[in-house]
Amino acid sequence: MPPRRAHIAGVFEHPGRHLPDRTLPQVHADVAAGALEDAGLGFGDVDAYYSAGDAPGFGVLSMADYLGLRCRTVDSTESGGSSYLLHVQHAAAAIAAGDCHVALVTLAGKPRTGGAAPGGSARFSSAPEAPFENQYGLTVPGGYALAAQRHMHEFGTTSEQLAEIKVAASLHAQHNPNAFLPDPVTVEDVLASPMISDPLHRLDCCVITDGGGALVVVSPEVAASLPRRTATVLGAGTAVKHADAGRIDLTHTGALWSGPLAFEQAGCGPADIDYVSIYDSFTITVLITLEDLGFCAKGEGGRFVEGGTLQAPHGALPFNTDGGGLCNNHPGNRGGMTKVIEAVRQLRGEAHPALQVPDCRLALAHGTGGSLATRMGSATLVLGQEDE
Amino acid sequence: MAAPDDTSAGGSAASSLPTSPPPTTPETQPYFDALAEGRIELPVCDACGHWIFYPRSFCPVCGCRDVTWREATGRGSVYSYSVTRQAPGRWGGATPYVLAYVELDEGPRMLTNVVGGDVEAVHIGMVVELEVARTEDGAVPRFRPAAG
Repeated sequence: MPPRRAHIAGVFEHPGRHLPDRTLPQVHADVAAGALEDAGLGFGDVDAYYSAGDAPGFGVLSMADYLGLRCRTVDSTESGGSSYLLHVQHAAAAIAAGDCHVALVTLAGKPRTGGAAPGGSARFSSAPEAPFENQYGLTVPGGYALAAQRHMHEFGTTSEQLAEIKVAASLHAQHNPNAFLPDPVTVEDVLASPMISDPLHRLDCCVITDGGGALVVVSPEVAASLPRRTATVLGAGTAVKHADAGRIDLTHTGALWSGPLAFEQAGCGPADIDYVSIYDSFTITVLITLEDLGFCAKGEGGRFVEGGTLQAPHGALPFNTDGGGLCNNHPGNRGGMTKVIEAVRQLRGEAHPALQVPDCRLALAHGTGGSLATRMGSATLVLGQEDE
Repeated sequence: MAAPDDTSAGGSAASSLPTSPPPTTPETQPYFDALAEGRIELPVCDACGHWIFYPRSFCPVCGCRDVTWREATGRGSVYSYSVTRQAPGRWGGATPYVLAYVELDEGPRMLTNVVGGDVEAVHIGMVVELEVARTEDGAVPRFRPAAG
């Protein structure tokens, strides 16, 4: 019997990037309504709900109450920015098991406006690692810079190579009317931007935006009943990589393990993929992830991204055609949601015409949560056109 | 989003970086007691012999719950570093400062600062030694370029 595959039938990215006048529950509701409308479904059709640490109050319970959902299953898996790819994996498993038919996944956040960090800062200060890590002025860019510096040391990766990733994202963002940073930049622009934490410049860092997004994951029966094209969930993989009792390795990520799991389930490999959405909190995040997913050998990422490899539609591996977190949107400091959304747009043939990958049949979306290489959640999805 | 930093008051005679030692717990008290005396002690697994960082009463390598605290040499080398030039809060006033992972001679790599020299001179592989920043509230382990 063939596997009972789930489909992503609806996606929605909030068009706003600064939402001072909307509450978090309002934004969750905005994006939920948008994704359900995209799927041709309504709130009454939802029988499963998924949200992460960005959901206010009691998480799935508070939001199911606010939205009036009647759920047969819920899941509040929290793994930072990768959470929403895990939600797709978990929803697909629930659908395969017959536990639900229409799963709603939502994200909302307002770091541009300000306020408390997602999940609350108390959680971080009570973490067992906190007394040993919070004394040193560790910033988020600083943590990623440590990985970039080590990668440069081991493999000769250069700032110019990292900048190529930002350049590709910016060339894509110019076609996105909602992009937070819509102007193309050059390698020279990236290198001339202020150094934040060596070797990462300001333009190596993602944007900080309010906003959100939602997905509707459905059973094959529901997918067949809907007029819109869906994307099929062909494979999913999850990994947690941590400090391993102090044996920290900064040049590999959990993608080294989540990628093969997803490819094996999908029955394909890196060479088969037409488009990738790669989590891009920083340029270095993309470079190391591409290596770990097998798109090039470990240490070759710098050379791999040179020469427009990532630029759509004609680069060898078009990536993040919405402009990614580097230029378009990083809602709630959590970029996994928009990675899935743009992959679905590509598979539906609904990316911007200037960036649509011709005959895009297989797409990969990868999420990264937490701190690169040291305490992180990695999640990989392989998605196909509806008939895959 | 910036990583959370504690915000209690504190200063350091040993360096110009903000120093606010964390509250201790029974599980990690030996670590902070040793630091107060200018030494690093870490738990070593009774079963598999791994030096464990961050300190805990559990060995994540083999699952053993019996550890013995042992003194480390306090010497190591820089595994990676970043000169941080922009930071929020109190650390903003301390830039540029060096965030680093130091690999102790015993094996574990720990997050820390490299202090006591030109920030631009820090490099991967640089040999460093412990420098404890003390306040009346406790102590924080940092590293300086090794003498000789």
